[in-house]
Amino acid sequence: MTAQPHDPELERIRAALATVHDPEIPALSVVDLGIVRAITRAGDGTPVVRLTPTYTGCPVAALIEWAVRRALDAAGFAHARIETVLSPPWSTADITEEGRRRLREAGIAPPVEREDEEGFFCEDPAVPCPRCGSQDTEKVSEFGATACKALWRCRSCREPFEYFKCVPRLRLRRGAETPAG
Amino acid sequence: MDRQEVLFEYLLRLGDNALILGQRLCELVGWAPELEEEMALANIALDCIGQARLFLSYAGEVEGRGRDEDALAFRRDVLDLRNALLVEQPNGDFAHTIGRLFLISAFNEQLYAALTGSADRRLADIAQKALVETRYHVRHSGEWVIRLGDGTEESHRRMQKAIDDLWMYTGELFTTDEIDRKIAEAGIGPDPATLKPAWDRRVEAVLREATLERPQDGWMPTGGKDGRMHSEHLGHLLAEMQFLQRAYPDARW
Repeated sequence: MTAQPHDPELERIRAALATVHDPEIPALSVVDLGIVRAITRAGDGTPVVRLTPTYTGCPVAALIEWAVRRALDAAGFAHARIETVLSPPWSTADITEEGRRRLREAGIAPPVEREDEEGFFCEDPAVPCPRCGSQDTEKVSEFGATACKALWRCRSCREPFEYFKCVPRLRLRRGAETPAG
Repeated sequence: MDRQEVLFEYLLRLGDNALILGQRLCELVGWAPELEEEMALANIALDCIGQARLFLSYAGEVEGRGRDEDALAFRRDVLDLRNALLVEQPNGDFAHTIGRLFLISAFNEQLYAALTGSADRRLADIAQKALVETRYHVRHSGEWVIRLGDGTEESHRRMQKAIDDLWMYTGELFTTDEIDRKIAEAGIGPDPATLKPAWDRRVEAVLREATLERPQDGWMPTGGKDGRMHSEHLGHLLAEMQFLQRAYPDARW
C-alpha cells in the first residue's frame, strides 16, 4: 500500500482504515489484509481510497466497502471516494507482517507463500502450528470455517487449527498458457 | 454493428459463460457427493458469479441503456443469453459435472491468459483476476478427471461417458464469427481458434494421465454464443434463476 508522506489527512484516513476488520477474519484489518491499495488524492484534492477484492465472488466485499465508508464518515471524511481496482490481483503475499502476527495470535496459521504451480496433485506445504510452532502437522480438510482457510491439526500439541491458504501472485506464463504435454 | 455494440456482445459472452456455469454449480449446494467437495464446488460457483458480475456490469455500462448486472442476469430470456452450449448442460452425474467444469475451465484458462494482454484495459484487469481463480478450477476439476478416469472400473466408465457426451459441445468454443473477428482486429481479445492448440495439449495430457480416450471430433452443434439456438436446458435453468425477479420485479433486500 502506498500513502503519500507528509499528508496528515491521509495518515488519519489510514489510521481509520486500520480499525476496519474483515468480517470473515476479524483478527485482520483491511490494511493487514493488504486490500487497501492506495490512499491518495484525486486531481481536485478529494481523498481517494483504492480497495481491491480478495476473490471476485467474495461474499463480504460489499460489507467491507460499507464498513470502510462508515469509518471514513466517522473520521470526518464523508467526501472521500472509494474506488475498486482489480490489477494486480490480490495475493496472500499482500498480507502484512503485522497481519501474519495477528493471524498466529488468533490461532490461524498464515499462508506459506509459494510460486504459482502448474501441475496437479501438488504436495501440501509444511505448515507450522500457530500454537506450538511444530512442523509436525497435517491437513484434515481443504476447507475450514471460510473457503479461504483449510482445517489442519498439529500432531505435537494435538490442537486443531485453521490454515489461511496461499493465493499465489499471478505469474503469466510465456507463450501458450501451458507447456506442451 | 458499431464498435460499442460489438464490445457489448463480446462482454455478454464472457459474462454469460461465467453466470450460467456458476448457476449450474450452485444447483449442487446440498447435493454434492460429499461435504468437502460441496464446499469446493460452491466456492468455484462463487468465483464464477463474481466474474460474471464484473463482465456484466461492464457490459451494461458499454451498452449505455441503464441496464446493470442484475438487469442483464435476471431480465433476459433464453435467446438473449450468449453463453456457450457447454456450460448450460445439466449436471448429470458427478463425472458429467466435473467433465464440464474441466473442459470449460481449460478453455477459460487460455482465454483469460490471452485477455490479460487486451487493448481494453478494464477487460485486461478483469482477466488477470479471473485467471488466478480459473487456474484453481482447472487444477481441481483436472485432478478429479484423473482420479475418476484412473480409478475403479465404474468411475472410469462414467468419466469416459461424460467426456464422450460433452465433447460435441467443445467445438463451439473455438468457432470464430463476425464479432470474434472484430474483437480480434481491435486487439481486444483473441481469435478463439488460436486457443485450440494449447487447449488440446492441456486436455489431452489430462485424459492420458486419466487413462481416458480423447473422443473423435464429430458434429459440433453451435448456436449458444450467438443466441441462435440454445439447448432446451437453458430455459429450465433460467426459470429457477430468474423466478424471484420475474415474480417480484425490482425486489430488493
